[in-house]
Amino acid sequence: MPTDLAIDVRGMTKRFGELTAVDQIDLQVRAGEICGFLGPNGSGKTTFIRMLCGLLRPDAGRGTCLGHDVIAGSEAIKRQVGYMTQRFSFYEDLSLFENLDFVARMYAVPNRRAAVCESLERLGLAERQRQLAGQLSGGWKQRLALAACMIHSPKLLLLDEPTAGVDPKARREFWEQIHQLAGQGLTFLIATHYMDEAERCHRLAYIGYGKLLAHGTVAEVVAQAKLTTWSVRGPNLLQLAEALRRMPGVKHAVAFGNTLHVSGDDAAALDRSIAAFRTEAYHWERIESGLEDVFIHLIERSPDNFAS
Amino acid sequence: MSARVFSVSRFWAIVVKEFAQMRRDRLTFAMMLGVPIMQLVLFGFAINSDPKHLPTAVLLADHGPPGRALLHAIQNSRYFDFVRQVRTEEEAHTMLARGEVQFVVNIPENFTRDLCRGDRPAILVEADATDPAATGNAMAALRALMHTALQHDLKGPLSFLAGTEDAIDLRVHARYNPEGITAYHIVPGLMGVVLTMTMVMITGLAITRERERGTMENLLSMPTRPLEVLVGKIVPYILVGYIQIALILIAARLLFHVPLMGNLLLLLAAALVFIAANLAMGITFSTVASNQLQAMQMAFFFFLPSLMLSGFMFPFRGMPAWAQALGELFPLTHFLRIVRGILLKGNGLGEVALQLWQIALFAALALTIGVKRYRRTLD
Repeated sequence: MPTDLAIDVRGMTKRFGELTAVDQIDLQVRAGEICGFLGPNGSGKTTFIRMLCGLLRPDAGRGTCLGHDVIAGSEAIKRQVGYMTQRFSFYEDLSLFENLDFVARMYAVPNRRAAVCESLERLGLAERQRQLAGQLSGGWKQRLALAACMIHSPKLLLLDEPTAGVDPKARREFWEQIHQLAGQGLTFLIATHYMDEAERCHRLAYIGYGKLLAHGTVAEVVAQAKLTTWSVRGPNLLQLAEALRRMPGVKHAVAFGNTLHVSGDDAAALDRSIAAFRTEAYHWERIESGLEDVFIHLIERSPDNFAS
Repeated sequence: MSARVFSVSRFWAIVVKEFAQMRRDRLTFAMMLGVPIMQLVLFGFAINSDPKHLPTAVLLADHGPPGRALLHAIQNSRYFDFVRQVRTEEEAHTMLARGEVQFVVNIPENFTRDLCRGDRPAILVEADATDPAATGNAMAALRALMHTALQHDLKGPLSFLAGTEDAIDLRVHARYNPEGITAYHIVPGLMGVVLTMTMVMITGLAITRERERGTMENLLSMPTRPLEVLVGKIVPYILVGYIQIALILIAARLLFHVPLMGNLLLLLAAALVFIAANLAMGITFSTVASNQLQAMQMAFFFFLPSLMLSGFMFPFRGMPAWAQALGELFPLTHFLRIVRGILLKGNGLGEVALQLWQIALFAALALTIGVKRYRRTLD
């Protein structure tokens, strides 16, 4: 087993009653890598992350996280992993300093006081350390959460939609930090819905209905999908989209502002279908398929095993 | 339309929504029906402010027929049940101190001889009067039956004694609370009631709050063990419990002039066990409840029968056997006996040990369930 894999799990499965929330997921993430974890709401991302850090017991599957067995070694994993929950989960009635101090005690951080102060400085929270966490805005709460889940110098960070509800500037700063930390050797698994964030990751894992649908770099994932996409501009795009959707080979016709993206996985069939619509009034252009096109395509193609 | 002062459709929308939410929250709904049923049963069947069949010890030093006839008459009043015959006064006093008997009837030596001589022999009745309500009616009945008790025996040459109050000298010692002051009984008991109410509720909320606010997920992702979390959550409230005890003791002394007969250190030590039992109960509730409201409701469901069946509000011995058996389960029942015993009777460790054990057993049981049920994962 190669030792440079921070996460190396196979066949991870979690059932809640009848529902299989996570179904046979394999995932390998190298140390120092930022792995984007994508998928629609309720696709099993949070469940998978919770299994990795010992919050949920997998029904099947095995593997290692930071070299420790994911099931037997969950105590050891907890000590070296930082987990940032989707919902802010620090104490709103404690100050920033008190929150960080609490976390530092829980992990028995050596030189606790110094570690807390350093962490406050590093994330630019020093002036606000006496403020109650509940009074912070979304962006600052997210900074606090990141500071708290890193106070024990973890080797792996599991971030569950860390930037949901955070403004673009704060998001950019956040990602700059992530890249810096990855440069220092930290490994990240980041669940997100933002395509721009996905493109900032070294590697992507896309899951839908509990199954892993795509895995690889951005370019690999786009290439694997074998999707052809056309962009069209012109009048009455809404009616055009309606008409196109009924044609063979057209998988999606999605409006992007003043343009319509038309895509399908059979390039020849798509060409034949759109030929009739290539009139003077419309400007057609073949474009690279974007991640979003690919993801929507992947999720629509996979059977919804959550339904029924 | 929307400018109307009262719109029936809007009003109806609220009604429908409330019913829909009520139906979803099964526990609250069950509580709304369960609490009145519990109150009906407790108030209707369990509570009786005229307790009869009170356990009584007999110290019989004269075996003559008049003494026996007198005892027979006392038992026939249905207020007294002779549960034991003791040989010495010390034995009788220990039983009173432990609360094993409510009365001791002492028929002295030479009772028959003195009666026949017309010397008005004394019979001594010692009562545990810590709860004046429990003994009041029995004492009244006792006085009344003195006239008639010996009517059959006082015949022939003794008939001059019949129907007079002079035949026997009834001496009643209302021990521990001779003036029958209700506050002496209530105020020390209040200590147990206040501790039960706050300790169960506060810890009940402590863990459900973590779950409700989402901080539980974070706590579970950290390398902690359940015992660390549970004990860590209990200890601060033990301190709060002691502040409550101090407040009540000061008020008992300065405002109500309750005698503090026994060893206060023993009381504080016993209180620790009692606080622990209530906190453990609260913790256990919080591992079952899914939100703070449910935890509150469970705490209330525990508190209500504790209050009613412990002997705080109504004489414990006035309740039917099933209610007494149920009451024995609650730590408050035992703590009331301890605190009243120490403060009013001056009891020492020897007298309170049995009650203390039962509280400790309850605490251990509740904490075991709590630790077992405390989920280390979110499953």
